Amino acid sequence: MQPRHHRSAAEIGNRAAEWLVKRNDNEGWSDIDQTQLDSWLAEEPAHKIAYLRIEAASKRADRLGALRRPTEVRSRFIPALKVVAVAAAIVVVFGAYFFTTLSGVPEKTYVTGVGGHETLTLRDGSRIELNTDTSLRITDSGAKRVVSLDKGEAYFQIVHDAVHPFVVLAGNHRVTDLGTKFLVRRNNDTLRVALLQGQAQFDTEDSRGTQQATLNPGDVVVATATSLSIIQTPNQTLTDELGWRRGLVVFRHATLAEAAAEFNRYNLQKIVVADSHIAQLNVNGLLRANDPQTFVRSMKMFFNIRAEVRPEEIILSR
Amino acid sequence: MTQTTDTSLEGETLRLPGAAMTEPELDAWFVREVLPLEASLMQYLNRNWQDSSEVEDFRQDVYIKVYEAARSERPKSVRSFVFAIARNFLIDKVRRSQIVPIETAVDLDALNVAADEPGIERSVIARDELRIVQSALERLPKRCREAVTLRKIEGLSTREIAVRMGISQRTVDAHLVEGYRHLADILYSQTDATEKKA
Repeated sequence: MQPRHHRSAAEIGNRAAEWLVKRNDNEGWSDIDQTQLDSWLAEEPAHKIAYLRIEAASKRADRLGALRRPTEVRSRFIPALKVVAVAAAIVVVFGAYFFTTLSGVPEKTYVTGVGGHETLTLRDGSRIELNTDTSLRITDSGAKRVVSLDKGEAYFQIVHDAVHPFVVLAGNHRVTDLGTKFLVRRNNDTLRVALLQGQAQFDTEDSRGTQQATLNPGDVVVATATSLSIIQTPNQTLTDELGWRRGLVVFRHATLAEAAAEFNRYNLQKIVVADSHIAQLNVNGLLRANDPQTFVRSMKMFFNIRAEVRPEEIILSR
Repeated sequence: MTQTTDTSLEGETLRLPGAAMTEPELDAWFVREVLPLEASLMQYLNRNWQDSSEVEDFRQDVYIKVYEAARSERPKSVRSFVFAIARNFLIDKVRRSQIVPIETAVDLDALNVAADEPGIERSVIARDELRIVQSALERLPKRCREAVTLRKIEGLSTREIAVRMGISQRTVDAHLVEGYRHLADILYSQTDATEKKA
């Protein structure tokens, strides 16, 4: 019998995990520490392999960050608004209100179709980018700059002018620019405003009057007719959401159902997920928004699912 | 339907099989191509070796041989490469040991493993990664699980975890060390964690 000339795999595995925890989970990792780790790794291939293995497991566990509850919701939660009437009625009332204050000023309408993407540059240099299937009206009287978002999504990069505030209206909600970049999406009765840079004021109105909040970078407001919340959102998430400006959709831990819904915003050929099991599959990736076929092809490759391609839809099943 | 036109889908620069690899390439290759085979490898070693207490060490020895051999030449089929090495390793062990267990000798001859089912493990990895990792987390011992949860899900520092759990920072480190080791075993070695639903 030969004596074992090296320590057991269990001991080495333990030592590797200790190094990893010291390096990645604690503060104060120094150059000296790194040098020591490097020499330990170089000592024996077993060390290197054990370290690679434990590091890979820890990296996979980083995915768990996706489960972090969005409880960084700050205490300045705006109390939920009560439905006092049919939501549509409120929209009409306030829509009419805003309309009369603006009457007499020329108004231009801009529309994109499914898959469309347009950039408008205003006289003051402010830019508005319209995403797919979007409709908005611009009133630029010089005294006041007002955009009404009727549906869809737009990204605003506004040149700030304290005297002539820039206002975005959507239903009974209003965003007033205080020098800023922000994204507004309106989907039926849900409005979502994400602030990327600068500051903006968000107002919403119901029968009880106006509710206000000041938005800072990373804030995302989600408003429906009955509720309103502000959630602090990681920068990466917002950058991903703006992928459409480059013609891309970005998925991180999306379900296949969510990914399909996102593609369907951009394409007339709709992806239909016909099976509840595959609807829950996990999707990560960066893809061209106008190319559902490539998306479907890679899904088939990874998940062994079936795709029936028809002119107007692609049906995914097991 | 063939997938031959889809090789560009993964944007990584792949070195052709047969070429030598630099150290970082080798490391990345090992993590990406070899570790996902671990569950099959462990099954293979366990099936063909009586003393299960030795299997973890054997795995390490096989890994070293794989790693060293791939340094000078990136293998074409990782799976057959790994299992050829494992097979030779076991044959060598059997030859060296005093007693040759009959079943082992017999099995060794029938060791053709399903050498080349293409990429089963990889598609398993791609599928539901978050859920796999989550169910692995749920199987950790309680205190470990708590520490790993606070670290990886809540994103707390070890100092904050120590306060939250009412223990010393050193104990937090120990829980994390144990937690990661269990996770590596569950994620890589155990078949049931990765292949439960197909």
